[in-house]
Order: sequence, then C-alpha cells, then structure tokens
Amino acid sequence: MLPALLKRFGLNQLWPTAGFPGGVHPVEHKITADSPIIELPLPPQLILPLKQHIGEICAPLVEVGEHVLRGQKIAKSQGYVSASVHAPTSGTVVAIQDHAIPHPSGMGRPCMMIEPDGKDTFDESRPPISDYRNADPAEIRERIRMSGIVGLGGAVFPTFIKMLRDQRNPVQMVILNGAECEPYLTCDHRVMLEHAADVLRGMDVIMHAVNAKNGVIAIEDNKPDAIAVMRGAIEAAGMKDVEVRSLPTRYPQGGEKQLIQTLTGKQVPEGRLPLHIGVLCQNVGTALAIHDAVCLGMPLIQRVVTVSGDAIPNPANVRVRIGTPIPFVLAQCGLQDLSGVRLIHGGPMMGERLPRTNVPLVKSTNGILAMKREALYSEQAVEEPCIRCGHCVEVCPVGLVPNELAWHCRNDQFDRGQEYNLFDCIECGCCSYVCPSHIPLVHYFRYAKGQVAKIEKERVFAEQSKVRSEARDNRLAREQAERAARRSKVRKQHAPAADGVKKTAADTKKAATTTSKTEDDKA
Amino acid sequence: MNILMAILTLGGLALIASIVLAIASRVFHVEGDPMIERIDAVLPQTQCGQCGYPGCVPYATAVAGGEADVNQCVPGGERAMLAIADLMGVAPKEVEEDAGVPMLAFVREDECIGCTLCIKACPVDAIIGAPKQYHTVIEDHCTGCTLCVEPCPVDCIDMVEKTQVLEEWTWSAPGKRPALENANQNSDEVKHASGTA
Amino acid sequence: MSLLISSPHAHGGDSIRANMLAVILALLPAAGVATYLFGWLAVFLILLCMLGCMAAEWGCLKLMKRPLSRVGDGSAALTGLLLALTLPAAIPWWMALVGCVAAIVLAKQVYGGLGHNPFNPALAARVVLLISFPLNMTSWLVPMHAPMLAALPPVDLYNFGDCWSLFWFGPEALGKGLDAITMASPLGHVKTEWSRGIGAIEALRNYDYSYLDAFLGREAGSLGETSVLALLIGGIYLLARHTITWHIPLSFIVTVYVLAAVFNAVNPEHFAPPLFHILAGGLMLGAFFMATDPVSSPVTPRGQLIFGIGCGILTWSIRTFGGYPEGVMFSILLMNCAVPLIDHYFRPRVYGK
Ligand code: SF4
Ligand code: SF4
Repeated sequence: MLPALLKRFGLNQLWPTAGFPGGVHPVEHKITADSPIIELPLPPQLILPLKQHIGEICAPLVEVGEHVLRGQKIAKSQGYVSASVHAPTSGTVVAIQDHAIPHPSGMGRPCMMIEPDGKDTFDESRPPISDYRNADPAEIRERIRMSGIVGLGGAVFPTFIKMLRDQRNPVQMVILNGAECEPYLTCDHRVMLEHAADVLRGMDVIMHAVNAKNGVIAIEDNKPDAIAVMRGAIEAAGMKDVEVRSLPTRYPQGGEKQLIQTLTGKQVPEGRLPLHIGVLCQNVGTALAIHDAVCLGMPLIQRVVTVSGDAIPNPANVRVRIGTPIPFVLAQCGLQDLSGVRLIHGGPMMGERLPRTNVPLVKSTNGILAMKREALYSEQAVEEPCIRCGHCVEVCPVGLVPNELAWHCRNDQFDRGQEYNLFDCIECGCCSYVCPSHIPLVHYFRYAKGQVAKIEKERVFAEQSKVRSEARDNRLAREQAERAARRSKVRKQHAPAADGVKKTAADTKKAATTTSKTEDDKA
Repeated sequence: MNILMAILTLGGLALIASIVLAIASRVFHVEGDPMIERIDAVLPQTQCGQCGYPGCVPYATAVAGGEADVNQCVPGGERAMLAIADLMGVAPKEVEEDAGVPMLAFVREDECIGCTLCIKACPVDAIIGAPKQYHTVIEDHCTGCTLCVEPCPVDCIDMVEKTQVLEEWTWSAPGKRPALENANQNSDEVKHASGTA
Repeated sequence: MSLLISSPHAHGGDSIRANMLAVILALLPAAGVATYLFGWLAVFLILLCMLGCMAAEWGCLKLMKRPLSRVGDGSAALTGLLLALTLPAAIPWWMALVGCVAAIVLAKQVYGGLGHNPFNPALAARVVLLISFPLNMTSWLVPMHAPMLAALPPVDLYNFGDCWSLFWFGPEALGKGLDAITMASPLGHVKTEWSRGIGAIEALRNYDYSYLDAFLGREAGSLGETSVLALLIGGIYLLARHTITWHIPLSFIVTVYVLAAVFNAVNPEHFAPPLFHILAGGLMLGAFFMATDPVSSPVTPRGQLIFGIGCGILTWSIRTFGGYPEGVMFSILLMNCAVPLIDHYFRPRVYGK
C-alpha cells in the first residue's frame, strides 16, 4: 500500500531504486496471451531475403531450378558478422531477384523464391549433438553459427558472435530475456509456456558453450503463469544454477542494457558490450532456436510470431516458416482485405510501419500488427509546440533530454544534437509515448541520425574526389611540363626563340608549385 | 606630483599588459587556415563547374577573394551555402538552382567509339578505357558533374539517376512525405532497389 | 493529416489540453475558498481575467495568423485563472484587464506563444501591475470570515448589488475610501512592525494571528493564496495525476522551512517562525502552481530541485531582508531567468557514461 502510494507520487525516486531509470507502462493489449501456438500451413511460395541480420549479405549457394531440402543451406554468410539462410521446406528454387522486404523504406533486397513441393523432406546432413554437455564448446558455437541463428528479439545480431569465449572477460551470468515488454506481443510468453523444457535446455547449451556459472531467466510479473512454468521446469531438470527472476512490468524492461541494469545493478559502459561486464543476454526465442539447432539438428527456419492488432479477426500466436508472405499469414488469421489497414512489423512501441504489404516474414519478425488506419496514433497525431513539461526527460531510460535533442535535430544542428548524446538514444519510444504535445521525437532522432551518417559519407566522398581531382591536375601539369621540356629541347637544337624559353620556364615553375602544394596538403 | 604618479602607474600597467599580450600572441600563435582551403573543405568536390568556375578550388578562391557569391555551388545546395556564408561572415543567400536527385554518367558501350575524349574531360578520373575500346564510368568515383557528356562526339553518354540502395536509405524529416508513401502497396515490383553484393 | 510514420505507434493519451484542464481543476478548491472569502467579487474577477486572457490570446493568434484553435488548448484560460488568484480582491476591473493583456501579449506571445515564454505569464503580469499600481496591489480587502476581526466586515461581499458597484465603480460607489475596506496581510503587518523595531513574534501577537486560520485560509491576502488546505488538495491532485512532479514544490517549501527554522532558532524574537513562512502569503500557490509551470521551469529532475531550492532561498531572503513583504513572485521570476543555464548544467547522467 505505502510503496504503491509513494510510487504514485514519484517519491520512490527519493532513494536509489533497483532497475533502470525512466520507462513507461503502456496499455498491454496482450490479447493473445492465452492462445496456444498454432502451426501454419506452407504457403504456395516462400520468399527468403538473403540478408536478415545485421552484417554482410549472404551469397546464394543454389541456382534457379535446383531442388532443395528442408534445412539445407541455400545462402552462405560472407564475412564475419553474417548469418546463413536455410531452406524452410523442401522444394524448388524458382527465382533469385529483388523483392520488397519488411522495412520502413518499402525498398527491396535480393531474395530467393522457393516453391514448396509439399513433401517437407528434411536434410539429414547435420546430425544432432545430443550429448552437448560433453561436446567441445567450440563445436557448439560452430553449430550455432552454421544454423544461421540470430537474436530473435528483434536485434537480429548473429548469436555466435555474442557467445565468443574471451579469457579476459569470462561470462559470469547468462540472462534469458523473457521480459517481452512490448504491448500486444506474446510469442515469447507462449514459447515459455509450451516449450519450457526445450528453452531451458537451450539455455543450458548456451551456458555450457560459454562456461557460465549462473543463469537467470528474467520474466515480467505480468506473466505469472510463465514464471511458474519455468520454475517448475527448472525443478524438473534439477538445474541448481538457474533461477527465475520476476521483474516489475515496465517498458523497455526487455531492452538488453536495461535488463542488465535491472538484474545486476550495473550499466554496460559506453562503447562496450555486455560481455565486458561478464554478462550474456539472449532472448527466449533464440534459446529455443539454439535447442533446435543443437539437439535436433534443425537450423533456424521457423519461428513463433504474434499476429494481433485491432484489425485482425482472429489474433493468434503462430509458428511460421521464415519466408512466408505476410498477407498469407494474415489471411490465415482471418484478415483478407488490407485496405484501410496499417501493418506494423513488431510491437507498437518499436515496430516499423510497413509501406508495402507483400513482404515476407523474416527472422526478426516477432509480431505482425494489423491496425485500423484511423485508430493508429502515428497516423493521426498532430505536432504541437513543446511545453517543456519534462515528461520525456523523466521516462527516458538512457538519461537523455529528448525535448532539447529534438529541438536541435529539427533545426538541423546535428553537432549540437551529438553533444546531447543523439547516438545514445535506443529509439525505445518512451518519450514520444508520453509527450502531451504529440511531438514525433523518435522520428526526429532517426532523421538526425540518418543525416549525420549521410553527411559523413558525403564528406568522405568529397575528400576522395578531391584527391582524385588533384592527382589528375598534377598528372596533367606534369605531362604538360614534360611535353614542354621535350619541345624546348627540340627547339633549342634548331632555332631557340627567346619567348618560347620564357614560357616553358614559367610553365615548369607553375607545375612545380602545384605539385608541392598537393604534397603539403597530404602532409 | 599626483598626476605624475597616476601617469606612471597607468603607463607601467599598459607596458606590462602589452608585453604579456605580445608574448601570448607568440606563444599561442595559431596558423590560421587560409580561407580558400576552409571554403574548399565544405564544397562537395564535384568539380562540375556549375558555379561558373573551372572546379571547386577556383570557386573557393573566387569566394575568398570576394569575387563570387556564396550561393553558386549547385550540388552543395543549402548546406554548403550556409557553411560558406558562415566562414565568410556574410548573410546567407537563397540557393537558386536545385541540385535535384544525385546523378551518374553512363556510357552506352555499344555506341562508344573509344575516342578517349570523355576521359580527358572527367575531373576525377572516373572513366576508364583505352583508345579504340569501350569506355566505362566507375560508379563509385563519378561525381555526376556532367562534364563528359558534351565532349562525346557520338552522344553515347547519358546522365542516369543514381540507384538508391536500402543501406543508404535514411528517414526523412517528420512531416515530409517519404518517397514511397504513395507506392502501390501490393505490387511486388520494386523500383530502384538492390542489395549491396 | 499527419505524415508521421516512425514508431512508436501507441501513445499514452496525454495532451496539452488535458494538462491545462487538470491544473484548472486543481485550482477549483482555491477558487472556492476565494468565493467563500470574497463573495461575488471573486467570481467577477476570476471570470473577467479568464475571459480577458482568452480574448487577448485570440487577438494575438489572429494577428500572427496562427491556428485560432489554440485558444482552446486551455493555456490562456489557465493564465487568466492564475492571474486572478494572485490579485487583491479590491483591484479595479480595468487594472485586471491590463494584467490580462500584459500576461498574454507581453509575457507570452511576443516570445513566440505557448512553449516559448521564459517567464510565467501570470506572474510577469502581476509584476507589471505591482510596479504600475503599487497602492491597489497591496490593499487587501477585508474578507468575509476573518476571525481576528471582532467586527463585521465593512462590505457585505455576499450582496450581489454591492459587489457589482464595488467591482465596476470602486469603493467610492459605496461611499467608502479604499482604506476603510482594506487591511494589512500578515506578511505586510510583520514587515511594517519590523520597520518600527518590533520583532516578528510580537507583531504576530498583536495581529491576532492563528496558524489554524492561516491553514484554512481565513485571513487577508490575494484572492486564491490564503487557504493552504485548498491549495494542498489541488497540488496533491496534480502530483497524483502526474501533471507535476514533487521536485519543485518539495524543494521550494523545504528550503523556506529550513532557512526560517535556522534563523528563528538563532533569534526567535526577531525572525518569524518557519511555520508562519510556510503558511503565509503566496508560498503554496507559488510552489504548487507557479514554479511548476512547465514552460518556464527546468525539464530535468535535478534541475527542478535546484530551481526549487533557489526559489526557496530567494523567497525567504526577500521576505526577511527585502523591501517587499512577499517574495514568492520575484523569486520565481528570477529563477525563471536561470532556467536555460540550469537545464544545460543539470542534465541527467547518460547510460554507461
Ligand atoms: S514530453 Fe513533449 S512537451 Fe513535454 S518536454 Fe518532452 S517534448 Fe516537450
Ligand atoms: S526514444 Fe531515445 S530519447 Fe526517447 S526515451 Fe527512448 S532512448 Fe530516450
């Protein structure tokens, strides 16, 4: 009673509290929390973008017309930060071409189209590592890398990179992120309820691979059933070193850095990784994928997705093959006509509005929300002047001053914006969520970040052009000087004219000055 | 007597101050960037000559010498204009011509006669090709200055819109209509899009 | 229609209008007490100021070709209400109107309208009035229920007709001088007695001062500042609704209390007791409703604490050493000037830095 009262008045900030600062508690709308995961049928065609992760794009391994098996690697990662793509079912490759992907720009990327043959034949070439506890950790990490596993919470960073074993920074604690703080989304919740043992085994694999002593499963207290089920599973498995921690429900609790702060009280220092403070954080869905890859030999070819929103007749949690076209998924949930509907890829706080609907579901898709256009805030809001109420400052989990920052970004003062730590913004949306003036703060930050990158790129290009142009000028001057020298030599042999000599001398001198100037520049 | 004291004191103080200043100006002397270089640094180095001068350095020289206006660089647009005005300490001026979308030169190779005239025209050496062979524009080096279009005797060089790739896409400012806002929502075909291979 | 496309796609539902209406609602208890004390006069003054401010806002928006719908955001109405509550009840109507115009035009719209004014418009207007009409601004009408007065109040403020003439035509219309219907406020009384060499304790004794009356509001003063109880109710509502945070009111009040307590402990005869400072004058109105004005106060929590402490120090100092009996208004305006600086230097700590 008293703590609740103090919290109501914000007086709990008088003394240091556990957890990250700021945050909001949006209306949860977790309407699919009680819907069991449904298996979706295979679509007539699968569209697999060759880049579904942070890092380099993959190179196709198969050709158009080739037959592939379920789980067969069809595109190979290039470079270190990359993740391979596997065929979600058996069938024929019908095309490799650009296709729109889920992205706010509506633009496309090279994709591979596969027509399923309906047999769903499995590629057996990768046997399960059933006795993973006695396996070499390096082998496990290699399996995870080969299986194309990326962070399924939305960040899509290749998982094996986070699991590297570093002698100087041993992993003390593995955190399994089951916070799922975004409104509407319930896929992690359902995965924990229905696949508790597998998730736990996936976590055990991770802990073994990085040789961690402790494991924490972090779940927000609005999912008491998941907390109970996971506790039961731990008991059943007899894992003493893993515990379930119930966290207060607050967005963005599921942000990696925020979660780490809540659980350990430590902040990841600027420019470092969680690894540097001995923490490894993985999403619940990722743990399940790791279990599938290691214990079943199945690479990342499917995932659980929440299909929800006020325009969906039958909201559900579905298990879908990656590459399934989103309209097909929506049709399975009863939504055929997409007019007047806005699609959001992800949750309402951080998800992206999709300008195109005919896009495939990808590894990062944790939710698809179909919202009625007229009820969507981002569609209807009208910006008003900032009244400096300070609500945005209060809720920012990073400690920024969003109103000042947005002011600089709006006026294209990007230097000032960077002084106000523009690039520390995690785009969680808390500030926009509370702003009484409906200022699209996050949009300003995204705009500014893009502009900074663009300006930097242009600057580098200009510098290169300048070097090239100077090199050319020098070359021309040199050639001219050489030619003049040759000419004067010839003329001297015949009939040396006074003015000709003078001119050549002047030219040579000019060329010399230009050259030395360029050398100065370079020095 | 009093007056003398006052004059002496003030004079002494002035002397000390001037000595301190003199030393400070020596010790903390900064080699001021010559204005030409600082202006050149904010120009986009397209070397296109749209400013009326044969390249970026000549334009910077002209501006620094007070001959040219601050708003003559077309590709630099408003940003370059503001930066130059700021450096020169003069009032900003309206940029009249719009830079438009970024362009690239493209040689229709089957029509090229290999005369090498375009190579000579290119200010940044972005065209390769030997005499009597097809010439090609190196996309990553082309600044879109159009200087190669005119010299071509068979008119086989076109300026084409630079394809925008997803990796280079950035958010437009709030309230500005993004390019694809009106795109046909359900069409598969994607214009101007490709991955970085 | 807007073209926002970036996340977030959800919103908490807060709006400028809702915030302004909440503050107006929170001021209703104080307005009620004002009506209880000053009868019809309070009603007239509040209505006049609210309408005056809204009219001035409408005029400015019209002149500047801004959307006229902004009159409806409630900020002008709130400024009018706040201004009215800081005015003495016996002020001539046209002075109040001058105040409205000063608040909206001088203190708000010339700076660019809502969100850009460096000073709290209502307070800035009050200063304009105080400097232009010092006599009227420091003559406190005798309220209807002031227990320290044995006799009945000189004017029956519950009589509509009397109030009507008093409001529009001044005390002369009732055949009385301004002196005859006004009295000193507790703060003013202490100041005068000090100048005659009498200590605060003695001064309060001969004023017949009671803490309870001050808490409930049965004393002379500006329209809305007298009742600490009513203001607290409104303030707590705003805190619970999260329109304001505790930082400014708490640090403001605590600072005044601590300063007063220290000096009172040193010399109890001369310096007024801390409780008196807390209950007197416009402190509660200022701390909960004026200093917390979002536009002219800092946005960061630490900055707000600094701001509140600064207001507290200045208030107590002006009350104790300054030429004016009351310092809340000046202290807030002075601290308003420092807000950009405070905001710059007291930013929150950034994650991981
Ligand atoms: S929440 Fe909105 S109105 Fe309030 S200070 Fe931040 S940007 Fe300004
Ligand atoms: S979006 Fe950025 S500025 Fe806004 S609350 Fe989140 S981290 Fe802070």
